Amino acid sequence: MIQTDLIIIGAGPVGLFTVFEAGLLKLRCHLIDILPQPGGQLNEIYPKKPIYDIPGLPSILAKDLTTNLLEQIQPFDPGFSLGERAETLEKTDEGEWQITTNEGTVVRGKVVVLAAGLGSFEPRKPPIPGLPRFEGKGVDYFVKDPEKYRDKDILIAGGGDSALDWTLDLVDIARSVTLVHRRTEFRGAPDSIEKMLKLAEAGRVNLRRNAQVTDVLGDDDGLKQVIISSEEFGEFGQDIDYFIPLFGLTPKLGPIENWGLETTKEGIRVSLPYYETNVPGIFAVGDSNTYEGKLKLILCGFHEATLMVQRAFQYIHPDKKLSFKYTTVMGEQGLLQKAQSL
Amino acid sequence: MIQINIVDREGVEHTLEAPTDMHMNIMELCKAYEFPVKGTCGGMAMCSTCHVYVLSDTPLPEMGAEEEEMLDQAFFVDARSRLGCQLMINEAMDGLQLQLAPESD
Repeated sequence: MIQTDLIIIGAGPVGLFTVFEAGLLKLRCHLIDILPQPGGQLNEIYPKKPIYDIPGLPSILAKDLTTNLLEQIQPFDPGFSLGERAETLEKTDEGEWQITTNEGTVVRGKVVVLAAGLGSFEPRKPPIPGLPRFEGKGVDYFVKDPEKYRDKDILIAGGGDSALDWTLDLVDIARSVTLVHRRTEFRGAPDSIEKMLKLAEAGRVNLRRNAQVTDVLGDDDGLKQVIISSEEFGEFGQDIDYFIPLFGLTPKLGPIENWGLETTKEGIRVSLPYYETNVPGIFAVGDSNTYEGKLKLILCGFHEATLMVQRAFQYIHPDKKLSFKYTTVMGEQGLLQKAQSL
Repeated sequence: MIQINIVDREGVEHTLEAPTDMHMNIMELCKAYEFPVKGTCGGMAMCSTCHVYVLSDTPLPEMGAEEEEMLDQAFFVDARSRLGCQLMINEAMDGLQLQLAPESD
C-alpha cells in the first residue's frame, strides 16, 4: 500500500504542477495515470505542437513542457503509478481515501485530486456489433505479450504506425498475419511501410487494402472468424485466432463516473474558490472540471491547482495554520529544505 | 453571413447562419448551435468527433496531412468525409450542405 497526502489522478501538465504547489506546502503526492508516461495529452496527442500561451514561454513544444514540469517537480520526489487506471474509490475507517487501480495498486491519502483531463486514454474501438463479446477472447486492443500470438492466425486492422509496427514484429511469431486497412496508402514511418510492403510481396503478410472488418463471429470459447468487406473482393469470411484493431486512443472518463461526483456534459462540477467537488476532500482541476467561466487552458489549470492545494492543506493538517511565502523569498535553499522534509 | 445546411444525426435538416468574419470553423459552428459535436481535441485534427459528410459540391479547402491521418483512424469514413474543425468558414461556402457522421468512440 502506498501512503501519501494527495492522490492525484492524471499525470498531465496540471497534475504535475499540482506536485510543485503541494510541495511548497510540504505535502506529498502520488500520481496515477493510465498512460505509460507522464504528460497526458501533451505527450499522447500533440507532442510536437508548439504552445503559445504559457506565461513567460513565448513558444514551447508540448513534450518539452512536460520535460520542464518533471524537472520542476523533481525535488519533491512524487510517486508514480503509470500505465494504471484508477478504478475504485473508498473511504477507510480512519477517514482517508483509498484508491485501487486496475493493476491492484492501493494508494491512500486524505485528499484526492482529479486532474484527469478528458479522462483516461482508451483504445478507439471500431463500431462492429458483437465486438465487446470477444474482448479478451480473441479481440485485443493492445499487444502486451507477443508470445501469446505464437503459431496463431492473427488479423491486424489499421493503417498507422502501431498497426505497421506490430505487423512487422508479429510476422516472425504468428503462423499468419493479415493486415487490413481501409485505404490504399499507409500513414506511418516510410521505412515501416516499405518493409511491410516487401513482406506482402513475398507472401508473408496477407495485405488487404481498401477493406475493413465489418463483423466478428465465434462462440462461447471465443472468436473464430471475421467478416471482411473489401472493395475488390466483396464480403467474405476469414478464420482467425486473434483480431487486433489498432486505431489509436481516445479519452474516456471511465470509472470516475461512478464515484458519486456531480458531473455535467462539460466536466466535473466544482465550487469556487478551491475547485472542490460535491464530495468534501475530492478536488478537480484542469480540463476535467467545470464552473462558471471555465476555460480549458493549461495556464488556468495551473492557477486552479495553486488555489486548490491551499484548501487541501486544511484537510491534511486541520490544526496547522498556513503561512504564504513567495518562492523568491524561500530561495533555492528554502525549496530544497521543503523538498527534503517530505 | 452565409448559410450552411446541416443534417443532424436524427436526419433533420437545419439551416444555420454562419459568420465569415470570426475565424470560425464548422466544428465551432456546430458547437455554437448546440449540436452534439464534442470537438474533444479543440480543433487540432486529433480526434474525429467533428466528422461530417459533405453533401454538396461546394469548393472546400484541400485536406491537409493531419486531417487525412486522423480520418485514417476514424470510423464510418467515406469519400465525402471531412473534419469540421479543418473547414474554416468563408464566403465561398455559402449553401454548403453537410451531414453529421454517426457518433463513434
